[in-house]
Amino acid sequence: MPGPRTAEPDGKKRGGLRGAGRPSFVWSLPAVIFFAFFSLVPLAVAVYLSFTDYEGLAIQPPVWNGLTNWKAVLTDPSVGQAIFVTVVLIVLAVVTQVPLSLLIGVWAAGPQRGRAVVVALYFIPLLMSSAAITVLFSSLVDPNFGVPATLRQIFDLPVDNVFSNLLGNQWSAIGVVAFIYLWGASPLHTLIYQGGARAIPEVLYQAAAIDGAGRFRQFFNITLPQLKNTFVTSTILMVVGTFTSFDIILLLTSGGPNQGTTNLPYLMYNKGLSALNYGYGSAIAVIVIVLAMAVSLVMVRVTGYDKMQGTQEGV
Amino acid sequence: MRPRANWLAGVFAGAWLLIILVPVLVMLHAAFASKKAWAASGPLGLPTDFTFDNFVASFQGGFGLFLLNSGIVTVGTVVFIALLVPPLAFAIVRSRSRWIRIAFQIMLVGLAVPAQVVVIPLNFLITQVGLYDSLLGVILPTAAFSIPITTLILTGSMREIGSDMYEAMALDGAGSIRTFWRLVLPLSKGGIATIVVYSALQAWNSYLIPLTLTRSADVRVATLGLGIFHQEYSLNVPGLMSAIVLTIVPILAIYIFARRALIRGLMGVGGK
Repeated sequence: MPGPRTAEPDGKKRGGLRGAGRPSFVWSLPAVIFFAFFSLVPLAVAVYLSFTDYEGLAIQPPVWNGLTNWKAVLTDPSVGQAIFVTVVLIVLAVVTQVPLSLLIGVWAAGPQRGRAVVVALYFIPLLMSSAAITVLFSSLVDPNFGVPATLRQIFDLPVDNVFSNLLGNQWSAIGVVAFIYLWGASPLHTLIYQGGARAIPEVLYQAAAIDGAGRFRQFFNITLPQLKNTFVTSTILMVVGTFTSFDIILLLTSGGPNQGTTNLPYLMYNKGLSALNYGYGSAIAVIVIVLAMAVSLVMVRVTGYDKMQGTQEGV
Repeated sequence: MRPRANWLAGVFAGAWLLIILVPVLVMLHAAFASKKAWAASGPLGLPTDFTFDNFVASFQGGFGLFLLNSGIVTVGTVVFIALLVPPLAFAIVRSRSRWIRIAFQIMLVGLAVPAQVVVIPLNFLITQVGLYDSLLGVILPTAAFSIPITTLILTGSMREIGSDMYEAMALDGAGSIRTFWRLVLPLSKGGIATIVVYSALQAWNSYLIPLTLTRSADVRVATLGLGIFHQEYSLNVPGLMSAIVLTIVPILAIYIFARRALIRGLMGVGGK
């Protein structure tokens, strides 16, 4: 880590030892310009398109239509429904993924034998794309050729039982979507918690053991408080991820039954690109982007990504 | 060392392991089963035969080209990341310019905006620049959206280089280019491996960008091929599962050869 630093004007001293070998800002330009073009410009384009009427045809450029899309979005009942589904999915993701990843992550950070093999197996979902995971589960829950059909045979269930049409009912379909999120995303969060748990100084546990604290007290008084930052980071990633993704919904249910699994980003995709109403879809996109940024800003503040900047840059 | 094994957590971990493994085993079972044997055994039965026919059929159905397209997108993305991100990370860690602060803040904003929420304006933009329905049109935004996270990972790794080493380089009279080439690059090999693997994984597995920026079969990537296979032949479960397995095999190879970089990359998502 750096020693004490003498005060000197930023970037002015070219000849001195401390300024020597330091890159100028030009080094950052290629990446920043490239990034800005493909990711900041689209943000501006989304705002612009949200005030236009455009059907995605090159021969008919966007036509300014003022607040029409915004009025439509704010009065559309399917937007309210989509927000409801989005919130339900986020809540389900957090209440299922946090406890699971926390417990398994802490367990995986411990000294058990054979743990490395088990942890390697936990990883499998991380190697699969969400498209692959969704197609796999879609096939597994198929009423005629998947697990429900086999269960019907084994247990001699009636043709129309709870499992027979998991994707045909809003709540069971939401349950399947939430389970796929859990299956696909929890290994990542397990890994994050494992890393966090490994970083807890062993001496804390030794001190607690000397004081006679048992496993549960150690867990609640040392492990949990020490994992606070890990928890915040992992949860925000979970929330932003669940909030903005729709590939699973698109492949599994196409938002159905009867819009029962349509979350906000899927509504954006469906109205914007499938129904070719770019302006309307862009208005929803702007809402999603603003909310995602707000959540991420909280993440940056809480985890101290931005503080890193102040304390270590230019040292 | 903590004294006893944690049985409660162990049982819980074992139960979850089963939930992870069963779908994977069902997938492998189906991928290597003939259609007839699969129809007889169903997803929960035991395998009765072993065949590569499904894989052959997948390749005959054009999956080889889809895998090749995914490979091109992946390599293209990695090239952009490997060329653009190390100089940026070097500048963020070492530059005194206040523009760098702004560049870093821009990156942080970028973290908040996943590619999937800007598919509509991206579609508009890529169409305007004439890259719609081309692999380059998929590569450029995929790489761009990997820049913020890979930059954060690499700056973390470059910060580990001690300031005495920079001073030694400076005493030798090295300028920024030589410092970068002789000191920073060799010492951040691990970090660079991590961002390469991370961006490769992102590119290989991405679905929504290619879905919204391509249309023709000749530029179709493997994830899109899976989706279409699923819609058109959902009754052919063994064929479908073999296609899924094909999309995983390259990642599995990376996992085996670059496990450490992959894990660090994935943990890098968690920030630390």
